[in-house]
Amino acid sequence: MSSTSNPSTQHTSTIGAIGTPSRRNTELALLVFAVLIAVFAYANVGLAINGSVPSGLLSYGLGLGLLAGVGHLVVRKFAPYADPLMLPLATLLNGIGLAVVWRLDQSQRLQEKSTFFEAAPRQLLNSALGVALFVIVLVFLKDHRVLQRYTYISMVAAVILLLLPLVPGLGVNVFGARIWIKIPGLGTIQPGEFAKIALAVFFAGYLMVKRDALALASRRFMGLYLPRGRDLGPIVVIWALSILILVFETDLGTSLLFFGMFVIMLYVATERTSWIVFGLLMSAAGAVGVASFESHVQQRVQAWLDPMHEYELSQQGVIGHTEQSMQALWAFGSGGTLGTGLGQGDSDLIGFAANSDFILATFGEELGLAGVMAILLMYGLIVERGVRTALAARDPFGKLLAIGLSGAFALQVFVVAGGVMGLIPLTGMTMPFLAYGGSSVIANWALIGILIRISDTARRPAPAPAPSPDAEMTQVVRP
Amino acid sequence: MSELTLTVMRLGFLAVLWLFVIVAVQVIRSDLFGTRVTQRGSRREAQRPQQAARQGAPPQQRQQQTAAAGGGGRQRRGAPTKLVVSEGILTGTTVALQGQTITLGRAHDSTIVLDDDYASSRHARIYPDRDGQWIVEDLGSTNGTYLDRTRLTTPTPVPLGAPIRIGKTVIELRK
Repeated sequence: MSSTSNPSTQHTSTIGAIGTPSRRNTELALLVFAVLIAVFAYANVGLAINGSVPSGLLSYGLGLGLLAGVGHLVVRKFAPYADPLMLPLATLLNGIGLAVVWRLDQSQRLQEKSTFFEAAPRQLLNSALGVALFVIVLVFLKDHRVLQRYTYISMVAAVILLLLPLVPGLGVNVFGARIWIKIPGLGTIQPGEFAKIALAVFFAGYLMVKRDALALASRRFMGLYLPRGRDLGPIVVIWALSILILVFETDLGTSLLFFGMFVIMLYVATERTSWIVFGLLMSAAGAVGVASFESHVQQRVQAWLDPMHEYELSQQGVIGHTEQSMQALWAFGSGGTLGTGLGQGDSDLIGFAANSDFILATFGEELGLAGVMAILLMYGLIVERGVRTALAARDPFGKLLAIGLSGAFALQVFVVAGGVMGLIPLTGMTMPFLAYGGSSVIANWALIGILIRISDTARRPAPAPAPSPDAEMTQVVRP
Repeated sequence: MSELTLTVMRLGFLAVLWLFVIVAVQVIRSDLFGTRVTQRGSRREAQRPQQAARQGAPPQQRQQQTAAAGGGGRQRRGAPTKLVVSEGILTGTTVALQGQTITLGRAHDSTIVLDDDYASSRHARIYPDRDGQWIVEDLGSTNGTYLDRTRLTTPTPVPLGAPIRIGKTVIELRK
């Protein structure tokens, strides 16, 4: 903390200086706290399952601590005025996510499955890659406004990334959703997670230029501002794109995420409520339209409307029905208010995707309502810091980019948590940082890196004082 | 592991998780942009302007908040100890009177920066004369400085509680 005090003599009053504290030490303290909580979670799991402190505790703690330390030092060096909360919150979520992934690795029931593999070491590796990307973003992206130059390039990049899974030979269809690509020797990645960031850059750059046309050129009709047809173009294109994703990749979550992010950014750029109304109507129409003829989406909707029926059908061995929605609800239910304790729940009964899409159910069962609320609050705090960054940013591009990235983050949390809890149909997305999944962890670390870069620029003390009002004329009072 | 240990750990973990959230929220609270009032000198005096700051001068004005500096000591009984802004954007701002000259105006280096179209850059100043009597003087402003209802033409002593009007701002001296 640095506070500039006014050097003044005893007899003059001290005027508080506008010292913007860098708050790096606060961040360090919170980071240490976060790593300790994660280590506690890890030890707790070991004690509950095996009755002893896990042997990997030291290496796990050191690994996470090392990642956090590297992240902190890089922030200290390259973004000294950045927000002090984002890094600790992301580290804590990543850390307890790792602990719970490891906890699911220890489950006997999951170990008997043919698809079982030790996910925790890979997840630790993914986190390391994520932090590496975070470092790269902070070191090489000196100013987020550089991204503005790549507005259309990032659009093309996003579209290519989104289309990659459809390329025959490259894309793989896993459990009904075609959102992965297979890179020989490296495993599979989900390009959609990275497309999220590229699209946010494109939207921010595009809307910054076009927002006046979108905001002002409109007719008023029944209290709504109706935009002109030519201004509707981009929103229709994005809508069509997200519907296409939905149809060809049957990925409800990603298409909702992209469209929602665009509508949020459009609203922030233009302050027109009509865009939100249009957005909601269009996404509803699109979703209903696709759901009426796409069988994969239909299944999801069925499982959402009547999970018990789906469960019974799948117990009877009818193909194409899922038992997971009901199992997740049971997990939340048996957790109650305070949960069963880490390592003592039965959420591993959710056989498939227990440590990725459904990891929130494990938290729900083992930490209860209290724990899930705390975790959702942490996500909320990350989003709040992102929005706060957008408010503080001095340039419109940074504002829009920060709001887009934090909006996408919030939407992703909503879509996943809502899906697992049965509020909306389940989609194949992963909880940022918590869930097992390389692309998700890596992309979200990059996202946090960009937000930290913007917040560093936003919170940096103003370089030059504003032009003095002394130059302005004083108005004369005329009686 | 005994049941008790596990229960303690379970509740302990939730408590720690929430503690983190609460600490994070506290960081946000203390991380609000704006100024920190430097406390110097006697504590009793230093607290007052801080309270005024909380009562809601708008953020960009908050930098104008002044903290009381210690010292003084040779003040007479009945002499004003602070200057209070009672009307205008800066309402609630107080400046401790410590024998220093207080300048008012739109200029950035004024003691009280008036964000007011009707104020001049260097509008007026308030200073103590040799007897410790506080004097207000108009510095040739466009719209004039008013003490009560009369426009100032010469440096005039300021009685306690008399309103000094500059543009939309009214200030007064208080004990």
